[in-house]
Amino acid sequence: MKNFEFFEPTTLPEASRLFAQEHAQLLAGGTDLVIGMKANTETPQTVISLQKIPGLDGISTDANNNVTIGAMTKVREVELSEDIQKYHTALAEGALEIGSIQIRNLATIGGNIAHASPAADTVAGLLVADAQVDIASADGGHTVPINELFTGPGQTVLKQGEIITQFRLPNPASGSHYIKHKIREVMDLAFIGVASAVNLENGAITDAKIGLAAVAPTPIRATEAENLLKGKEITPELIEQVGEAAAAATSPISDLRCSAEHRREMVNVLTKRTLQRALDRANK
Amino acid sequence: MTKHPVNLKVNGDEHDLLIEPRKTLLAVLRDTIGLTGTKEGCSTGDCGACTVIVDGKAVTSCMVLGVTASGKEITTIEGLASGGELHPIQQAFIDTGGYQCGFCTPGFIMASKALVDENPNRTEEEFRFALGGNICRCTGYTKILEAVLQAAEEIRTNS
Repeated sequence: MKNFEFFEPTTLPEASRLFAQEHAQLLAGGTDLVIGMKANTETPQTVISLQKIPGLDGISTDANNNVTIGAMTKVREVELSEDIQKYHTALAEGALEIGSIQIRNLATIGGNIAHASPAADTVAGLLVADAQVDIASADGGHTVPINELFTGPGQTVLKQGEIITQFRLPNPASGSHYIKHKIREVMDLAFIGVASAVNLENGAITDAKIGLAAVAPTPIRATEAENLLKGKEITPELIEQVGEAAAAATSPISDLRCSAEHRREMVNVLTKRTLQRALDRANK
Repeated sequence: MTKHPVNLKVNGDEHDLLIEPRKTLLAVLRDTIGLTGTKEGCSTGDCGACTVIVDGKAVTSCMVLGVTASGKEITTIEGLASGGELHPIQQAFIDTGGYQCGFCTPGFIMASKALVDENPNRTEEEFRFALGGNICRCTGYTKILEAVLQAAEEIRTNS
């Protein structure tokens, strides 16, 4: 590993100022960055740890069941949080899919998102939760909806010096579900990831969201598929249409994991499956 | 590059060290402190051979920068036995033959310890899933799982 200057700031403005330098990288859990530095695919001259900044970790839920997750919250905490399991099941299920327990004890949800892998396992769950991403910067900060955060593989709208501080999940779903398509039970990367979330009132769908990972240059919402569902009663024909519409929203690539055709077909299959499971959960 | 002062509490002993930030916790434990029980396998977090317990949580020490572990309590395989008595998990690995070449054993034992400390009531299936981050190149998984189940049962009985 190449050497670097290491900083452990204790305030966000200080971290933001350090991070505004060229060739600076933020260190959260380190499970991507440290491995990248060993492989010399990441060669920062300055590494800024966020570990000593108070208030960046933890999960809280307000009286209206709005959940807030600090960016430095460990993925394992997200996986085990009762509130996230209850209100954002797809996100808890996605967290469980990352690496191993040893990795989930290190990795943070902020790092999983800021790394901007199109295959990140927490991203589909955050997409269907309509997560609002709070960002700190030298001039104060701003908020970006999660579906506007990513601009390409490994790329986000975040500028040098900007730091994700928390995710706000405003709308608890009646039911949601995430499926990661993979070969190994654990320690695998997603071929694709699909999350569905629904809100039901008197048997009709008031709101539906479908989040897709690893099927386009960025994680995406399948909005046309979602719109087919709104205000409708569920029929087998409608679920078929939604699966096809979700597959049509994708622009997958072929790579060493699987072909584009397989990815597109599996989006159809897993959208139907996650949607059905989300509906079953909502009806409980 | 600047070396950083760190204080590591390893198996109850305090170590005040001056280390380069690029040193992983694994490298500090093995090369600086001389505790070579923790193994380096893949060095990419995939094999679990470097598992140690930091503040009660099992982590792959090859992914942790030593400087970020300052002030934390670290337990390695060398810290499990006490007063000449092996920890029940260590004894169970011996009783069942839960090791072949032995290289993955410290990582498996540390990962298992964190699991039984957290919840010894896991089912066989749950233990199998929870140990998914540890690889045995000799493929001696059956005996390893037997060892973990035996230790979990003993810990349940004695608690």
